[in-house]
Amino acid sequence: MTGTTGYLLRKLGGALIVLFLLSVLVYLLFYVAPGDPAKLACGPRCNAEQLHQVRGQLGLDEPLLTRYLHFLAGLVTGRDYSTGTGVLHCPAPCFGLSYQNDQPVTALLAARLPVTASLALGSMVLWLLLGVGTGLLSALRRGGTTERVLTVLTLTGTATPVFITGLLLLMLFCATLQWLPFPSYVPLTEDPEQWAWNLLLPWTTLALLESAKYARLTRSSTLETLAEDHIRTFRAYGLPERTVIGRHALRGALPPVIALNAIDLGTMFGGAMLTETLFGLPGIGQLLVHSVRTVDLPVVVGAVLGIGTAVVLANALADVLYALADRRVTLT
Amino acid sequence: MTGTLVEVTDLAVTFPAGDDPAGRAGVRAVDGISFSLAPGRALGIVGESGSGKSTVAAALLDLHRGTGARVEGTVRVDGHDVLAAPEAELRRLRGGTAAMIFQDPLSALDPYHAIGDQIAEVHRVHRPDASRRTARARAVAALDRVGIADAARRARSRPHEFSGGMRQRALLAMALACEPRLLIADEPTTALDVTVQAQILDLLHELRTETGTGLILVTHDLGVVAGGVDEVLVMRAGRAVEHGPVGEVLGSPAAPYTRELLAAVPRVDAVRPRPAVPAPRTPGPPAGEPPLLEAVGLRREFGPRRARTTAVDDVSLTVRAGETLGLVGESGSGKTTLGRMLVRLLDPTAGTLRYRGREIGSLGERALRPIRREVQMVFQDPASSLNPRRTIGESVADPLRAAGGQDGPAIVRRARELLERVGLDPDWYHRHPHELSGGQRQRVGIARALAPGPRLLVCDEPVSALDVTTQAQVMELLGELRRELGLSLVFIAHDLAVVRAVSDRVAVMRSGRIVEEGPVDSVYEDPQHPYTQGLLAAVPVLDPQAAADRRVLRAAA
Repeated sequence: MTGTTGYLLRKLGGALIVLFLLSVLVYLLFYVAPGDPAKLACGPRCNAEQLHQVRGQLGLDEPLLTRYLHFLAGLVTGRDYSTGTGVLHCPAPCFGLSYQNDQPVTALLAARLPVTASLALGSMVLWLLLGVGTGLLSALRRGGTTERVLTVLTLTGTATPVFITGLLLLMLFCATLQWLPFPSYVPLTEDPEQWAWNLLLPWTTLALLESAKYARLTRSSTLETLAEDHIRTFRAYGLPERTVIGRHALRGALPPVIALNAIDLGTMFGGAMLTETLFGLPGIGQLLVHSVRTVDLPVVVGAVLGIGTAVVLANALADVLYALADRRVTLT
Repeated sequence: MTGTLVEVTDLAVTFPAGDDPAGRAGVRAVDGISFSLAPGRALGIVGESGSGKSTVAAALLDLHRGTGARVEGTVRVDGHDVLAAPEAELRRLRGGTAAMIFQDPLSALDPYHAIGDQIAEVHRVHRPDASRRTARARAVAALDRVGIADAARRARSRPHEFSGGMRQRALLAMALACEPRLLIADEPTTALDVTVQAQILDLLHELRTETGTGLILVTHDLGVVAGGVDEVLVMRAGRAVEHGPVGEVLGSPAAPYTRELLAAVPRVDAVRPRPAVPAPRTPGPPAGEPPLLEAVGLRREFGPRRARTTAVDDVSLTVRAGETLGLVGESGSGKTTLGRMLVRLLDPTAGTLRYRGREIGSLGERALRPIRREVQMVFQDPASSLNPRRTIGESVADPLRAAGGQDGPAIVRRARELLERVGLDPDWYHRHPHELSGGQRQRVGIARALAPGPRLLVCDEPVSALDVTTQAQVMELLGELRRELGLSLVFIAHDLAVVRAVSDRVAVMRSGRIVEEGPVDSVYEDPQHPYTQGLLAAVPVLDPQAAADRRVLRAAA
């Protein structure tokens, strides 16, 4: 497996470069963007002297390059912030403190990660069941009623924006039928049952959005494998159709699905902003939306870099999974 | 054991016509085929592509069931009425009574599972009482029997870790795993090198005499049936053209089509006059003039630094004006890499390449342009080397446009002339490649290579994807062009007989090096290098008696 290790190391090097460029880009973007974070942090009744003081505390009076270099140093060594009354230590890797409430960005992100992870992993299970199931049905039993209903369902789900699907689901199941609570996040460690009930609608909303893609990919990939010569070989040797499909066709059809899934999961870890906002889930996506609105630069940079890391890692993971699933592929 | 093992009566197979749901007439791929086979005997079914031979083979196991094809007539295998058998009976029959050995061993095995597991799986389907362990042992034994060295370990390999010949052996092992009474081999050696082909055919023969199974051998290659079967059935367009003992069909064929087929087969021993017009052996170039193309110490490496492989290693050769240099070798010998370097599609890693005395091996793209016009390449697979979305006329016109200096109408006129020159109707200018047969597509490939007005054509396996009769026609065309246009050819092929028919001189390649080189007749009649001798000994011959003698010789060697 030295090949895989070397490959991962190279990928990691590439990822660091991507993340570095990303951080520069976000910094520049906020420098030119309108809105004064000091004014926002200071509050509505704020005189010129207070504003100047806040600006000093936030380090906004320094030139951009110095601020950026401080930020990079903080990532490695951690930083100390004076709050006027005392010193606040932000341990490495330090993305800075939120302008809004002086909390370390890493702590803010860590607090929200479980929410986003719950949403991403749960909806992944649903979209795989729905998407792969539909795809298999349409490859193996073309034209059945179940297959048609599912295909229409997944296509509709993909074609409809999240806030419409989500709102419709909310109105139907929470308001009209009152089968489900209006979602509010309950940690898994506290009450697994409530966790699942509360997340069911967000999961479904995301799964409907993603599943058509999986249905399509599974279908084409299965049909492609079924047309391959080795399937003919096993049929010609009297293997029951069930074994031919279960052991040989699916084995060949699933690697691309696995790879796509890894990439999607990475993207989801960046937070499904619309879904989180719509259902009021305190995840990373919601945090990011809120921080952009309040020009909370350290949080935005931290969140964007966190999302970037997730996406880059997921892509590398997709490659590794593909190579593990298909031994003919070597990673270089 | 009396009676018959296989009894086929009035077999007809019709494939539905395209997307037409009414299923108009459909395509009648097989039409009224009847034959029978006694236990332990062997029948060869021979025909060109589209003759329906593989369709007949598939019908023996009713592999057409569920595909929408209409199968009529009766097929009896070992007492079972195959076409009427219920699913369960058919599954027992497939592999248990009659086992199929497929063509193209690359894709006939599941890439995701170990080879031994796949054989064991098939074994257990037919011997449900066998434990996993016995089935595995059985798979290893079968692999060992077909000559896979270190079978216990190699059984754990996946198909891509095997060479083509080993995969074909593995497929044979799978067929043997359930001790069937009938083996059906569909082009079992088509993708293989001659030496490996000879090994597989010898093995097939050995297994048959050892176990007494019947054999149906489907192939396009008359040389393959000559040594391996008792009877031959020649098919054309779905019908039987001739059927009889192998010696009679090949020795004194009754049907004109069989005679035509036999005449088209290029002979490595050149007993008969060559099918390609015997080219006038061009005298050497005027004294003092450098050879047209000269390579000295050419070398080409591939891959990253640590995993470097050398595809071509220290190759020197010359091509004189008007002559044809044949380049033979088995797959992986580096002949294609060498050919691509000669036209500078690949850059040599080391060595020099001179065209009419001028060094071109390291020339930049711009300086190379005028020479590109004079040195052209004809590719192996005309289906994939022509752009499917462009008409054939446009494909031929492309190099003319690239050369510049002519207006649109003049280019079209020239492209039509070229199409006509290679024996195509100039009005086909607007046709797309998929509307043409393989031979016609290769003619387009040749027309495109001729467009810039080259002096040298490097042909990489130009006829290996074609049927024998088409092959003979294309070779004849190349001979004609060469004489009329004074072209020089580098003719790359794995088929020794084809190379002999067109070449003045021949170079034999092995593992990136030229092991022997000389005038074609002296190399073929009196090969000096043991590798050349082995290659020539492995070429299948058309005389059944000679084929049997050769097999004995090979077994003794």
